[in-house]
Amino acid sequence: MEKILTGKPVVAGSAEGAALVSKEPISFWGGICPRTGEIIDRRHELSGAIVTGRVFVFPQGRGSSTSSATLMESIAAGVAPAAIINLKVDPILALGSIVSDELYHQAVPIVVLKEKDFFSIKENDHLTIEPDGTVKINTPP
Amino acid sequence: MSVKLRQEDEQMLNGQKGPAAQMAMRIMVRMADVVDAPEMMDVSQAHIDGCGLLSETGLEFAETLAAKRAKVSIPTTLNMGPLDLQNWRQFGVSENFAAKAIRQAKAYTDMGCIPTWTCAPYQSYLTPRFGQQLAWGESNAICYANSVLGARTNRYGDFIDICAAITGRVPKCGLHLKQNRKGQILLRLVDINPAIMQSNAFFAVLGHLTGSLADDKIPVIEGLPVKASSDQLKAFCAAAASSGALALFHAIGITPEANTLEEAFQGEQPERAIDIHLSDLQKAASELSTAHEGINLDLVVLGCPHFSFDEFRQLAELIKAHKEAGQTLHPDVRFIVISSQTSYSLLQRSEFMNTLTDFGVEITLDTCMFHTPIVSKDTKVIMTNSGKCAYYAPGELSVQVAFANMAECVDSAVKGLVCKKESLWKKS
Repeated sequence: MEKILTGKPVVAGSAEGAALVSKEPISFWGGICPRTGEIIDRRHELSGAIVTGRVFVFPQGRGSSTSSATLMESIAAGVAPAAIINLKVDPILALGSIVSDELYHQAVPIVVLKEKDFFSIKENDHLTIEPDGTVKINTPP
Repeated sequence: MSVKLRQEDEQMLNGQKGPAAQMAMRIMVRMADVVDAPEMMDVSQAHIDGCGLLSETGLEFAETLAAKRAKVSIPTTLNMGPLDLQNWRQFGVSENFAAKAIRQAKAYTDMGCIPTWTCAPYQSYLTPRFGQQLAWGESNAICYANSVLGARTNRYGDFIDICAAITGRVPKCGLHLKQNRKGQILLRLVDINPAIMQSNAFFAVLGHLTGSLADDKIPVIEGLPVKASSDQLKAFCAAAASSGALALFHAIGITPEANTLEEAFQGEQPERAIDIHLSDLQKAASELSTAHEGINLDLVVLGCPHFSFDEFRQLAELIKAHKEAGQTLHPDVRFIVISSQTSYSLLQRSEFMNTLTDFGVEITLDTCMFHTPIVSKDTKVIMTNSGKCAYYAPGELSVQVAFANMAECVDSAVKGLVCKKESLWKKS
């Protein structure tokens, strides 16, 4: 079953991958290892999960203003999420993706969805993100 | 691109002001679109967070800008860096790491940044004034500048900070505008013993709780003591900006935009009110610790954010009391205090410097426990009085952490075991 959602492209781009879903905000610095892609915030519900290649779905960033650097470093190291879907625009994460685009021409697309759409995404749904902010959901059988 | 630019902005964007200003302005304009800002505005001071973490990409970014002959256009201070620039050898940092950290430091100072190297810039040099428009990085400093000083900054992450310093321009939005600074939720301290509120640990714990309660709202706190010190508010900000994304809070009768409830909420009603009881603080305090009472202690870390002169004095007094009782630092425990060159130069003029060094306190400057490689791999249990350090240590340093007040940290360092009196959280 395919469902199509319309979001706001915070950092425009195309990507696809399996959803990694959290209800909790996360700080990328101190929360995600930029060398391995592991969630290292031991207080976080997804502690130990790997973000690499996943469409990482979480409400918003928080904490450290170094999170932009962590995101960029993880992009350069090839361990970043395929894309990020948030409920609220997080300028610090957008920045990491934009600066990576400026330096390396490699960005992680970031899309913000409305609350109802955001919460309709389930773990492991296959998501396709388009540059205009469209998110296609294919729920595995 | 939808943001309205003035002529100088256009000139930067099309390269007339050089390639560095062009790159910086291009990033600023893309960010303006991210936050839907209609236009750009001036800022008159910047604080750079991007100099803190040493990463290949961060170094490349700084050196790319410096090679393009970037210069900051406004007074710009630097956050702590990845290296104690003078004493790194004695802390066993590798030549390879140091060489890269020195290159990164040079890139930022070549751009004209002031080598303050501190995460408590508000206790150091060029303290912002009320209402001043800033582009500040470093989550605790952002919170302190907005809330305690009444200056105005959004949360500027690594890399946009230096772009703002080069261009002197930021997207006009968010906390730069008065209407976005009004309180949204009310947190009331109920029946908390005033003696508890004198402790710095109380402020760290309340900060931790506030950060998680506030979500993305601006909290107004009622019931804090008017005598709250700069160091206590620093502890609050650091904890609140770790457990949450707090960039601004108001405290009635303490912070400059909150003389009254009405002023703090700009005449509107709070969206909701939450009462904070002692039990909430007890729970928040326990959340900050992952290490058990009585476990062997390897390391005490104080100075997150950077220790002030007054904190050095408090530490010296605690150590002196142990010394008089014939107690020394346990041989298996390291005791590290992180500070800035500014506070350290005051310490050097004090009579209690020797009290600290004789006890075995190692003082490191300019840097951060999380960004400089000085914690050995076999360190398993650390103790700290910082809500921020306690929050991040398990993930960043792969250690267990015990959060406690400064006196308990010193006491535990003497015993070699995590010992907390817990008296702080008992009802009197």
